[in-house]
Amino acid sequence: MVREITGAEMVIKALIEQNVKHLFGYPGGAVLPIYDEIYKQNHIQHILVRHEQGALHAAEGYARSTGKVGVALVTSGPGATNAVTGLTDAMLDSIPVICITGQVPTGLIGMDAFQEADVVGITRPCTKHNYLVKDIDDLARTIHEAFYIASTGRPGPVVIDIPKNIQFASGPYQTNKKIAHPTYRPQVKGDQNDIRKAVDIIASAKKPVFYTGGGIINSGPAASKLLRELVKLTDYPVTSTLMGLGAFPASDRHWLGMLGMHGTYEANLAMHDCDVMINIGARFDDRITGRLDAFSPNSTKIHIDIDKSSINKTVQVDLPIIGDAAHVLEDMLRIWKDKKPKIDTKALAAWWQQIDTWRNKKCLSYKQSREHIMPQYAIERLYELTKDRDTYITTEVGQHQMWAAQYYHFDEPNRFMTSGGLGTMGYGLPAAVGVQIAHPDSLVIDIGGDGSVQMTMQEMATAVQHGAPIKIFILNNSYLGMVRQWQELLHEERYSHSYSEAMPDFVKLAEAYGGVGFKVEKPDELDDAIREMISVDKPVIFDCRVQKLANCFPMIPSGEAHNNMLLGDSENIGSAIGEKGKVLV
Amino acid sequence: MNSPQQTVGSAYFITESSQKEETHTLSVLVDNEPGVLARVIGLISGRGYNIDSLTVSEISHQKHISRITIVTFGTPQVIEQITHQLERLIPVHRVYDLTAGGPHIERELALVKVLGKGEARLEALRLAEAFKAQVADASTGHFVFQITGRPNKIDQFISLMKPLGLVNVARTGIAAVSRGAEQI
Ligand SMILES: Cc1ncc(C[n+]2csc(CCOP(=O)(O)OP(=O)(O)O)c2C)c(N)n1
Ligand SMILES: [Mg+2]
Repeated sequence: MVREITGAEMVIKALIEQNVKHLFGYPGGAVLPIYDEIYKQNHIQHILVRHEQGALHAAEGYARSTGKVGVALVTSGPGATNAVTGLTDAMLDSIPVICITGQVPTGLIGMDAFQEADVVGITRPCTKHNYLVKDIDDLARTIHEAFYIASTGRPGPVVIDIPKNIQFASGPYQTNKKIAHPTYRPQVKGDQNDIRKAVDIIASAKKPVFYTGGGIINSGPAASKLLRELVKLTDYPVTSTLMGLGAFPASDRHWLGMLGMHGTYEANLAMHDCDVMINIGARFDDRITGRLDAFSPNSTKIHIDIDKSSINKTVQVDLPIIGDAAHVLEDMLRIWKDKKPKIDTKALAAWWQQIDTWRNKKCLSYKQSREHIMPQYAIERLYELTKDRDTYITTEVGQHQMWAAQYYHFDEPNRFMTSGGLGTMGYGLPAAVGVQIAHPDSLVIDIGGDGSVQMTMQEMATAVQHGAPIKIFILNNSYLGMVRQWQELLHEERYSHSYSEAMPDFVKLAEAYGGVGFKVEKPDELDDAIREMISVDKPVIFDCRVQKLANCFPMIPSGEAHNNMLLGDSENIGSAIGEKGKVLV
Repeated sequence: MNSPQQTVGSAYFITESSQKEETHTLSVLVDNEPGVLARVIGLISGRGYNIDSLTVSEISHQKHISRITIVTFGTPQVIEQITHQLERLIPVHRVYDLTAGGPHIERELALVKVLGKGEARLEALRLAEAFKAQVADASTGHFVFQITGRPNKIDQFISLMKPLGLVNVARTGIAAVSRGAEQI
């Protein structure tokens, strides 16, 4: 007879079989049997967070920095509802996470039992898939299937809701069999004819641009390598979305910088003026396209995406290719090398010349100050002093996030963790904890804002408890800066509720948690303080007081096209103003 | 998506679609598991798509497969999105756009209750016969007609019944399959 084990044992056994080493969670009545099993084993390390949202963001940071599935465990009712923000975040950024939620016993479902919430109902729209396991015989198989669904195709969050009586029930364990799923069959290989067509279009381009996104990072390190190879072969320029940063090295001469609302002048103008756009693993998000009817009006658009529903969702493309970035790139390179197509090198040289004139605008320059630390300067220094280390960066959401994307340069994938799609303030701190758990010896920095970090500050305790020496580098402008910037631009400087009157003493706060605090106010103190921060082997809160009213530029104002950028208050703007209608200041 | 106005000072860029809206009948084959209908309906309402009619029933008890027939309208781009978004749901086997796929048959059943006496009552019965509607229930004061056919035939029947004492209608929504030998 097959040995029977309890549902709770099955959960742990299945997680071990799925090679899970870390679990981010928070206990409660409906998951006690699972916690009891956690207590009895030492294959999986449980990281006790301080709020379930933190568990999900930590799992996201863990997933994004490793390429593995991040796993969270929360209790029923409030535990599950607290997890919803993190699930939605993972959904929008296509991050593979599994969230196991406890549920009231099956007999009580629907009775408004204590801590009952309709978790599958609540999480249906914010997960790739979810399950309510009502039969012990389905449990192990469901967990394996959840891992498969979360990590393949376009990755995403999966919830497994397990009633407490199922955790106590016994049944035979099922190992992870590789059986074809009856309905879910992600397409990884692109259509060969279409890839051949794409090669022809790409080769015939006179003003090409690669527009790359998070899909390359999700596809794995191979995709990044193949992209580099393709760029080298073609000598074409590359820009990327926020989510794709690092897939292509920022130090390479083909790199145009990030595109979109706060992207570089050269990237956005290249997108606007190009004749062939090669979108690999990006989704024409509204932060990227700006005004749709003026988006890259004269280009032939190729779109490589693993998710069919991303095709023609906002922008109509000429040649869609459904498939995984690495698979398609591999085929593309092979076909390219076979065909050895002739590139119009003369046109390309002219294109690069044009790009260089855009680059010469130096859109990321800013007015330096001796009095105040300019936020851009703080990131530049942070970059210079950490770039030669094994560094991972997470961010919160706001101006600091955009400055991090603009002034911290990434040469490798999986090094930059940020909440792009949902824009979740409070993401970066717990995400940093997750990254640090996965990479205990690396330098993990959360580039934060004073507002955002207060949304999940309690995870400092998690970092201290689990010896995760994350560095919370706060660009403290006393404002909800991004909100203030929009109020300045759109609401005539009526700063309605965007100023934080009661800023906590972050140094004391760090110490209260058992970490180390720094406070820096002058530019000339910055380098030493950053060096010291790096050398501390404890969680750090670094209160970097920056110029309060600095704005994040360049910026595509609302309702505008890529070639109508606001370059902002940097010194070299003067010359740009004259250029009739091209640049709005 | 196709909001007619440009919001001034918005963080979003709203553009008007110049495409014309079309009505399409989609046939969605799904695993008949708990919650699958909620997934489909939630997706449609969550993304702001329209539903004119929706029917669902198990079609293969052995394989636990149900067919959901959805009549929806939108621009071609929106219809394409609906199809692909539905296909993205894990328990969905396939989505067939019957309207795009060519000729297909659509049928609906309605129960139509008419109260009346005298001439109006006789006229209702005469019309029912002309429409090949059956009398499913009757008393001296009422009829319940059962009518099947194309949706527009049912529309027409109902509108004719209105002045004759129509008090209630129940419609099943549309069931549809493609014409010809194909399996859809
Ligand atoms: C949870 C959440 N609430 C509200 C917002 C809206 N929002 C976007 S940026 C921002 C300000 C962030 O302030 P801070 O963290 O200090 O960053 P800064 O912009 O000043 O660098 C706000 C409130 C959000 N993105 N997330
Ligand atoms: Mg701030």
